Amino acid sequence: MDNYADILIVGAGVVGCALARELSRFQVSVAVVDRGWDVAEGASKANSGIVHAGYDAVPGSLKAKYNVEGANMFASLCDSLGVPYSRCGALVVGFSDEDRKTLELLLDRGLRNGVPDMKLLSGEEARALEPNLNPAVTCALLVPTSGIVSPYELTFALADDAALNGVSFHLGTAVSAVKPLPDGGFLAETDRGPWRCRIFLNCAGTSSAVFHNQLCKESPLKITYRRGQYYLLDRPKAPPFARTIFQCPSAMGKGVLVSPTVHGNVLLGPSAEDIDDPTDTAVTQSGLDSVMERVRMTWPAVSLRTNITNFSGIRAHEESGDFVIGPVPGCPGAYETVGIESPGLSSAPAIARDLAARIAEAEHLAPRAERVPYRKPLRPFREMTPEEQQEAIRKDPRYGTIVCRCEVITEAEIVAAAHRPVPAQTIDAVKRRTRAGMGRCQGGFCSPRVAAILSRETGIPLIDITKNGGESYLLTGTLTEEAERRNQA
Amino acid sequence: MTQQITCINCPVGCRMTVTLDDATKAVLSVEGNTCPRGKNYAIQECTLPLRMITAVVPVANSATPLSVKTASPVPKKRIPDVMNALHGLIVHAPVSIGQVVLPDVCGTGVDIIATRPLT
Amino acid sequence: MTDLQHVDILIIGAGPAGLAAAISAREDGIESLLVLERESQPGGILRQCIHNGFGLHRFKEELTGPEYAQRDIDRARELNIPIECGVTVLSVSPDRIVTCVSPTFGLRRIEAGAVILAMGCRERPRGALCTPGTRCAGIYSAGTAQRFVNLEGFMPGKRVVILGSGDIGLIMARRMTLQGAKVLACVEIMPFSSGLNRNIVQCLQDYDIPLLLSHTVTDIRGKERLESVTVSQVDQHRRPIPGTEQVFSCDTLLLSVGLIPENELSEGAGVQISPATSGAVVSDSFETSVPGVFACGNVLHVHDLVDHVSNESFRAGHAAAAFVRNRSSQPVPQAFIQVKDGAGVRGAVPQKIRPDPVSPVTIMFRPADVYRNATAVVACGDKELLRKKAMIFTPGEMVALDLKPELLRGMASTDTLTVRIE
Repeated sequence: MDNYADILIVGAGVVGCALARELSRFQVSVAVVDRGWDVAEGASKANSGIVHAGYDAVPGSLKAKYNVEGANMFASLCDSLGVPYSRCGALVVGFSDEDRKTLELLLDRGLRNGVPDMKLLSGEEARALEPNLNPAVTCALLVPTSGIVSPYELTFALADDAALNGVSFHLGTAVSAVKPLPDGGFLAETDRGPWRCRIFLNCAGTSSAVFHNQLCKESPLKITYRRGQYYLLDRPKAPPFARTIFQCPSAMGKGVLVSPTVHGNVLLGPSAEDIDDPTDTAVTQSGLDSVMERVRMTWPAVSLRTNITNFSGIRAHEESGDFVIGPVPGCPGAYETVGIESPGLSSAPAIARDLAARIAEAEHLAPRAERVPYRKPLRPFREMTPEEQQEAIRKDPRYGTIVCRCEVITEAEIVAAAHRPVPAQTIDAVKRRTRAGMGRCQGGFCSPRVAAILSRETGIPLIDITKNGGESYLLTGTLTEEAERRNQA
Repeated sequence: MTQQITCINCPVGCRMTVTLDDATKAVLSVEGNTCPRGKNYAIQECTLPLRMITAVVPVANSATPLSVKTASPVPKKRIPDVMNALHGLIVHAPVSIGQVVLPDVCGTGVDIIATRPLT
Repeated sequence: MTDLQHVDILIIGAGPAGLAAAISAREDGIESLLVLERESQPGGILRQCIHNGFGLHRFKEELTGPEYAQRDIDRARELNIPIECGVTVLSVSPDRIVTCVSPTFGLRRIEAGAVILAMGCRERPRGALCTPGTRCAGIYSAGTAQRFVNLEGFMPGKRVVILGSGDIGLIMARRMTLQGAKVLACVEIMPFSSGLNRNIVQCLQDYDIPLLLSHTVTDIRGKERLESVTVSQVDQHRRPIPGTEQVFSCDTLLLSVGLIPENELSEGAGVQISPATSGAVVSDSFETSVPGVFACGNVLHVHDLVDHVSNESFRAGHAAAAFVRNRSSQPVPQAFIQVKDGAGVRGAVPQKIRPDPVSPVTIMFRPADVYRNATAVVACGDKELLRKKAMIFTPGEMVALDLKPELLRGMASTDTLTVRIE
């Protein structure tokens, strides 16, 4: 028998998971499928993690509407889900009279979009706030309501809350095609067998145009894959910047930023280049060089001595330049979110709230009476007070074993990650949920230990533990097997 | 015939040329060394090169393998044989440090001994 | 929170440095001392260094890593030195209160008369190189791979390229080969290897593994597991030369690209760190800028030989014992003779010397480059205190210069010693 769900969501990124969570409030079965081996495997894990205030989007666009609405939801959403979020503010810096005109345009847009408290500053005023800024900065736009968030941790929390309330997640499952069925509903073909559903919801990121075009041949959409490359620096003793520092935006995006992260690292990037392969998340020398060239304009004293890692993410840029959100034209029962690039993260909560309400109304979904309350994950050991640490170890001695020395992550936290509603099954999944391996040694010390704990907790043999699913094996054989094989031969 | 040898005795790493008798393979001369240790090493390398072999072998009922070594150097050309023998070995606890876990490996006259205690 | 415990000397780390420091402090009569070790057993990195070649200087014989460690572990047991394993130190305060955790004791605070930092070092990861490519599985630091093979009995790969020709990389080339893997090349960005000649011969040449000097990895490919790496030749500025790319099809890339002293705890204690060594700035008694906090072994500066680690740590243990015993009587020197790096010298340790020392002072450093038929010189202004000639100085081998107390007699704290190679 085929798999069935009332609502099938393709794509377990921040938008798909936020929608899954909203739709779990109704009396329907909801399934989420994703080709990745974890949620947030696409753009949701590899972006700037900025909750944009909303000064950049063209007034009247969906980007403007959802960005401002979404940004206003972040503080309470992150608080209720225990997701790190900080309203650190932003500066958009300019180096010329031309840039100043751009900043004035952004200020005007921001005012029209309803962004509060913005202010144009002189170069001196900007440097008084951020002393590490380039002396060549002549003007800046101060945006106090800009924020930072951990985008993948937000996605995990949304997914966990959805899963607690009945949504099923089917990871490592790639949808190849979707078609409407003659008697209503849809059939989605996957590499793990077909799925049937009554309502099809396309949140497939870089693949979202593929499914749109299968369902709506008359008005096809076109997605460009726009890769952004980043540097992530180790936590400095004194953060070089308190706020996110943007340069003036261009046709390719919001430009290269220098930003603190919610975990105290420093993020540099992204580059912007259009590529052909939506899965090619490699970093390139030219891409990294282009990031550094721009970063030096903002921050002349930047040093890569403390670089921890480089990564890239791929934004789904729709030709129109705006989000495409709503029912698929001429295809009853199908809904979509296409072209969700920046400010997609900032917009996700508002997109989900709005689209779920529209789906519920159109499809006559009945609300559930009860909801399983979300249990925030325990505070990370490293953030506990000594008394809390003592108490945590007393209750669970596994808090007394530090597995990741760089980030001070305990065995108990790794065990917890393996047993969350959407459980961590891979080294990278543990890393993104706990930060084990996120630090300056990049898992050199802890990855063998994490693999052993993961194997014990999940029952997956150590030899089959992967970095990130699929064929990403850590190990290729054991000495014991080799000895036994030779003895039998 | 001649053979090129890089000395391993110190960081200078003298490049030495050893001339051997074509028929008997006896060493006729060593050039390029700066000290007698180098000369001796070159002669040894050209006549009977020796190597210590270290490895780990699986331990029954334990995830942690046991580190072992040849009690003394063995002829370099026997390394594959010795490794083959070690690949087929599974040891049982307890083992004390220095204890023979495989006597006279491959007929070399050299024992394989444990390099750590296994309780 | 539990009560504050007290020990005279607390040693962080039970590797070769911590063990030696503990042994010498105990031999000097310190009754109350404690060694904390985060692993389940003492021995440190030596436990996974199963190859031989350790101990030639100290024991006049060639030992494997586990054998070398066992000698110190046995000695520590004879001396009834308490070594607590499975304990991770979270912080050290400037007034030497050490906070640590373990599953059995929970969170503990220990006040120490003296603290000896002996945490060792860690490997530089891929991120430090900013190498382009994908972030697939199969990229390990050499030491992580060594742990998998030697301590856990797993093979991390079958077709291997090694980046960096430091000794751990060379050792792993042989180790992987002997376990049946194919090692395709060892790639070194410098025009020389920082590894020992012995390892180049016995780990690479014995197995016909090419050593590609002045080459580096310029691309890493593989969606899930590593599929290939691109290796390019570099020019004298270590920039890749276009057109020299060769692609190696492989499932494993091992990185042996340097070690970094692990000084997070030291920095938390307010210890001044030297940019040259990435370790603490210490006096000739291995005392850091924080009184009563000492550092020795690879956490102080990355050594070439464990024998040197042990010898340095014996001295640090003695010095800590003297500090604890004479705490009230001994005046703390306010000013030191400074030791500075001159031409060709990187990271001379100690960085400062007490005026009129009573025992010899050993200055150790790494040459910045390869120098043939050169002389290492210690000078104070125009006055040369010591000259040591050698046929070769290389960055891979530390240089030790012993200064007798009489050489330093009469020198004032305003004086500066310069160490240089000429």
